[in-house]
Parts: sequence; structure tokens; C-alpha cells
Amino acid sequence: MAVVQDVHGHHDHHPSGIMRWVMTTNHKDIGTLYLWFSFAMFLVGGFLAMGIRAELFMPGIQILEPELFNSFTTLHGLIMVFGAIMPAFVGLANWQVPMMIGAPDMAFARMNNWSFWLLPVAGMLLISSFFVPGGAAAGGWTFYPPLSAQGGLGVDMMIFAIHILGASSIMGAINIITTILNMRAPGMTLMKMPMFVWTWLITAYLLVLVMPVLAGTVTMLLTDRHFGTSFFNAAGGGDPVLFQHIFWFFGHPEVYIMILPAFGIVSEIVPTFSRKPLFGYASMVYATASIAILSCIVWAHHMFTAGMPTVGQLFFMYATMLIAVPTGVKVFNWTATMWRGSLTFETPMLFAIGFIFLFVIGGFSGVICAIVPIDIQVQDTYYVIAHFHYVLVSGALFAIFGGVYYWLPKWCGRMYDVKLANMHFWLSMIFFNVAFFVQHFLGLAGMPRRIPDYSLQFADFNMISSIGAFGFGLSQILFLYIVIKCIRSGEKAADKPWEGANTLEWTLPSPAPYHSFETPPVIK
Amino acid sequence: MWGEYMSSKSVMALLGSATLALYSSMAFSLDETSKYFHPQPNSIIAQETYDQHIFALWICLAIFIVVFGVMFYSILKHRKSVGYKAANFHHSTVVEIIWTTIPLLILIGMAFPATKTVVAMKDTSEPDITIKATGYQWMWGYDYLQGEGEGISFFSKLSTPTAQLEGKEAKGENYLLEVDNNLVVPVGKKIRVITTANDVLHAWWVPAFGVKQDAIPGFIRDVWFTADRPGIYRGQCAELCGKDHGYMPIVVEVLEADKYAQWAADKKKASAAVVNTAAVGN
Repeated sequence: MAVVQDVHGHHDHHPSGIMRWVMTTNHKDIGTLYLWFSFAMFLVGGFLAMGIRAELFMPGIQILEPELFNSFTTLHGLIMVFGAIMPAFVGLANWQVPMMIGAPDMAFARMNNWSFWLLPVAGMLLISSFFVPGGAAAGGWTFYPPLSAQGGLGVDMMIFAIHILGASSIMGAINIITTILNMRAPGMTLMKMPMFVWTWLITAYLLVLVMPVLAGTVTMLLTDRHFGTSFFNAAGGGDPVLFQHIFWFFGHPEVYIMILPAFGIVSEIVPTFSRKPLFGYASMVYATASIAILSCIVWAHHMFTAGMPTVGQLFFMYATMLIAVPTGVKVFNWTATMWRGSLTFETPMLFAIGFIFLFVIGGFSGVICAIVPIDIQVQDTYYVIAHFHYVLVSGALFAIFGGVYYWLPKWCGRMYDVKLANMHFWLSMIFFNVAFFVQHFLGLAGMPRRIPDYSLQFADFNMISSIGAFGFGLSQILFLYIVIKCIRSGEKAADKPWEGANTLEWTLPSPAPYHSFETPPVIK
Repeated sequence: MWGEYMSSKSVMALLGSATLALYSSMAFSLDETSKYFHPQPNSIIAQETYDQHIFALWICLAIFIVVFGVMFYSILKHRKSVGYKAANFHHSTVVEIIWTTIPLLILIGMAFPATKTVVAMKDTSEPDITIKATGYQWMWGYDYLQGEGEGISFFSKLSTPTAQLEGKEAKGENYLLEVDNNLVVPVGKKIRVITTANDVLHAWWVPAFGVKQDAIPGFIRDVWFTADRPGIYRGQCAELCGKDHGYMPIVVEVLEADKYAQWAADKKKASAAVVNTAAVGN
């Protein structure tokens, strides 16, 4: 009897030290691992970005030889997309989805552990590929063949890393879908779910749809490289453009995979600090779903210069422009949520407003890129670089920062240093624009992307852009300091530190208990 | 009720017009002669592209001012710190239908001229001269296939001295945008450029003509342009093609009809001489 009681008493026991993290099946521990991993990758990707901007600081070749420069741009893209942004959103989902739907944990706890621990392996493969003979992959993050068929071992390591990352993403997505569909508290119908949960549900479906396509195309590349197939080689009856179609069939939904959860975070933050319910909840859900569906039929707008029939170009132009409609609905809904609210401007709200402001600029340049004749001018130039950094950095990344500041008090029961956090926002906001706004004009004036050296007319704007990039990079060290300071010595935070918040996680104590909701809350 | 907002209204009006002034001054300084904007259009397609971009920019500016005018009014006036109490409305079907329909109409307005340009861009029929541009790692090869100058064939490589790249010499005016053999075409004639590649993807891009086309190994694609004015027009490879992707510029020299005829005759004579020498050598 005593033995039985003892076993029961240790029901909650988990290993301590490093083994706690290796063996954990807890959604909060795994969420924490995801977030720290993505921050580490963010620093690696950021280091590569600093290298790129240092080389481009002035004309001529100073620090990076052209081939190494190409490896830097390639790995910067891959590490930021697959290592930093995507895992950060999965980390936020791990922490927040169970708490927001009133569940104790994720549905598949062990698979959750596995899908995280695949990531460091893939990350190490990507980073260590710099040190193998031939160097890291240098064909761009889109690794178009035949160029990607030319690289050495680094390309194979990249292919393997992408397979692993894809497997991890698919498992993560299945876990999120299952959790959301099966583990909601009684009374929480789909149309009562918080927007963050909705956007992640839709994102997870997109992941399950397109990650296998990416896995397929990198496998075809692998067999072309080593086993004599000719999927992408014209000499053997293949077609290099086929790769682009398959890649972008994954690649375009992928950009929405990186922005839909950001929409979700902003849709949580804006109502909280406006002290007013989200305007047009139902239309937000429908807009998210339509963006996801449309995102699957616009891929070839990345390929307007590859050569396509007139009808093809027109179809992809119209479909792409159509995405502006549901995206516009979202922006209008956020504005209407703020309208006649009772606004306060805590750090999460600053990041949310910064997000809306800059994401709209990225959206505008997106519409401009959708127009075929203009796209043919700006395709593969710095205009495109500016466009997607406006949606990925001031879009996805700002939303992640906003989400971290919003939920940090719930995660660790402590408040961040408000002054420093606001400073982090303003520094990021200013330096981001210094770095990327001028790149629109570089692109329009004719500077191609992925070049290590440029003609003299581009010199002054490149220098401005580099200064902005260095400032932006340094500002992120401040973020690391703020988070560590908060965890170690932040002031105690209330269970509900934000007056206007009313999703389920705020009904839990701060810090949130290990098994979020052991008895499901009842939603009226 | 509205009385108390009068002063804030004038503040907003002031802010709004200041923003407008800033953006329009930017728009006017970003004309065709600015080095930070489109190069001056030199073909009908480039001109239409330029006009559509300016049109789209004005639309974006108008939407930006409306949306952020509302948002910043809200940020200024609807704050808790000035004692504003939150309303509790959360949807309005009418408003939502309006802000779905209006953007749709605006987009149709933008798509219409673009559609006409796309159809025009694709019409490569009946060219005066056809030139094949072949991308190599890392230079361009040009073959005049049809029209005046048929049979001319040469390579075109970066001519910037290595010393300038390494910073051992001052960089020249056309640093990285100069080649040993310019592509020469006559003014006012329809030039069809067929692109292909020898090894990996490249892209043949001359901004002033509104032309950019990937060059794909094993396949051919085509584009056309008609240069409006004589002169020298510079572009670069626009598809990552390996180590020296940044070092394969495109330089097009547009000549008057008689000068072009002269150039073509000289070029043919020179290549004939080369062939003769080779024959004698054998």
C-alpha cells in the first residue's frame, strides 16, 4: 500500500538538470526549448546578416570573397526562415495553445519532444556545413538548380537539414491540429476560440499540406545530384523550371505560415490594450482562411521572369492581387478595434502597432510586386529584399517580440523591465527602417540582389542600410538582456497583469502551473 | 459632442497635410532623373511600367493616409490617459462589406492597364532583328540570328580591371557596369532577344527597356524591346548564377540606323578576316 502511495506521490516527478530538458514531454518546457533555440538561431542568422551588410558597406570586396558571400546569404535565409521564425511560432503555440483552449498539455507529448529535438540536429548540420570542403550551400535560400547541382557536400547537408526540419514541422503541425480539435474546454466552440488559436489551426493545415512538397523537391534534387536522375536537367529530359514550380508551391504558403500566427498574436494584443473586443471576429476567421486558400494558388508570381504563357502570368497576377482583399480586411478590423477604445501603450501594444504600420508598407510593396510589368522590373532586386523584410522582420518578428512581452509575465511570473523593453521597441523600429526603407530605392534604381559588390551609384544608400542593420542587430542583444533580467530578477507579476486581457491563460496563476488546466474550465 | 474635438481635428489636419507634403516632395524628387528611382524609360514597355508604378504609388499613399489617419486619430484621442472610456461595438456587416468591395474595385483599376501591358510584352512577333543571348558562367554570348547584322557573333565580358575590384585602383564611373563588347542595336527597331544558357540559370536584364528574362539551360525564352533613343544602357544578370554573378553586366549600345549599318558591316568584315586567317593557318 505504501509503495502504491509512493508511486502515486511521485506522479509529477520529472528528471532535473539537463535530463529534464532532454526527456521532457511538457508543453511549457518544450515551448521554452523552442523559443531559446529559435533565439540562438536568430543570433546565428543575424551574425550572417551582419557579415552581408559589412561586405556591402562600401563598393569593392573587403571581407567576404564572392563564394563565401553567397554562402552567407543562402544560410542567412535558411536559418532565419527555418531556424528562427518558424520554431519561434511553434514555441509560442506550445506555450499558449493548451492554456488558451483550457487543456492540460499538447495532445502528443512524446512526439512533441521528438519534433523539438530534431531541430538542433538540423541547425548543427546547417552551421557545420560552413566547415566542410567546398563550404556551405551558396545557391540562395531557394537553391534553384542547376546551380544547386554544382555545390559540394554543403548542399547535401542542407538537403538533409531541410528533410529533418520538414519532419519536425509536420509533427509539430499534426500535434497542434489534434490538440486544438480535441482538447478544447467544454463550451469552447470553434467560433469561440481565441484568434491566435484559430490562426495556428489554419497555419498547421498549411504546414501539413506543403512541407511534404518541399521534402519531395529536395529529394528530387538529391537524386539528381547523386543517383543520375534528370528531374531538373534539360540534357536528360528534365526542366529547371519544374523545380521552381514545386519549390514555390511550398514557398508561397510558407510565407503565410510565417505571417498567419503573427496576425493571431496581434489580434490578441490589440483588443487587450484597446479594452474592447476584437472587431469582426468572424470576418477575421474567414479572412485568415481565405488568405490560406489563396496562398496555394499564387506561387508562380515568384517566377514572372522565368517565362510563362500570357494567360499564366495574368492568372497569377489577379490571384495575387486578390490576397490584398482579406489582408486589408484584417488591417481595417484592427483599426476598428482600436477606434473608440481606451488605449494604453505597453510594450506588446507598441510592437503590435509597429507591426500593423510596417506590415502595411510591406503589403503595399506586395501589391506592387504582384503587377506583372512592375514585378519584371523589380524581381531579384533589392526592392524584393525590402518587401519581404518588411513582412518578415517588421511583420513576423515584431509580432513574436510583441507576443513574448505579452506572455512573459504569465510564463515566468515576473515582469520585464518596461523602460528597457520600450527602448528595445523604438531602437528596433528606427534601425529597421533605416536598414530596409532605402533598399526599395536601390532595387528600383537597378541593384540586383545576391551580389557582393555593386556599382558606385548605389554606394551611399548601401552605407545607410548597413548602418541601420548594425543598429538593428545590436538592439537584439538588449532583448536578450531584458528577457534574462526578467526571468532572474523581474518584479512579481499579477495573474492578470493586463487590465483588458480576457483569454483563458489569464485565469491561471503566474507563473502558470506545470499542467496548465488539470480540470477543464467551463466556457459559457 | 464634436465641439471638444475641434482643436484635435485641426491638429490632425495639420499632421495630415504635413505627411502629404513630405510624401509628395519625395514623389516629385523621385522623378525619372533621380539615381534612386527607375532609370529613365527608353521603350514603350518601360514607360508603361513606370506610369503604372507611379499610379500604384499614389493609390498606396491615399490608402495609407486614410487608414493611418484613422488609427493615429484613435491613438491620439482614444487613450486611457486622457480618460477616454472604451465603447463596446464589435462588428458591423455593412462596414465590412464596404471595406471588402472598395479594395476589390481599386485592384481592378490597377489590374486593367497592367493586363494590356502584359499582352503587349508577350507579343514578340515580326521582329526587325533577332538576337540570341546565351548566359555563361560568367559572361554573355550574343548571336545575331536574323535581320540586319545576321551572322554576327561575339562574347561580352566584364571589362572593369581586377585592380579596381580589389581596391588597388580608383573605381571608374561605370564600375562593374562595363563590358569589352557592347551589344549593338539600331534605334526604333523591334529587337527580339532569345535567351538561353549554357550552364546554370541567368537573367538578361536592361532596366531602361523594361526587359528582364531568365536564361534557362536547354530551353529558350524570348522578349522584345524597341529603343526610343540612341545611347548606352546598362543592366546586370538578375538570377544568382554562382561566384561571379555580380560580375556579368549587360551593356546595350543603341545607334542611329546608318551608324548601326556601318557597325554591322565592320563587324562582319572583321569576323571574315578572322575566319580567313584561321583557314590559312590550317
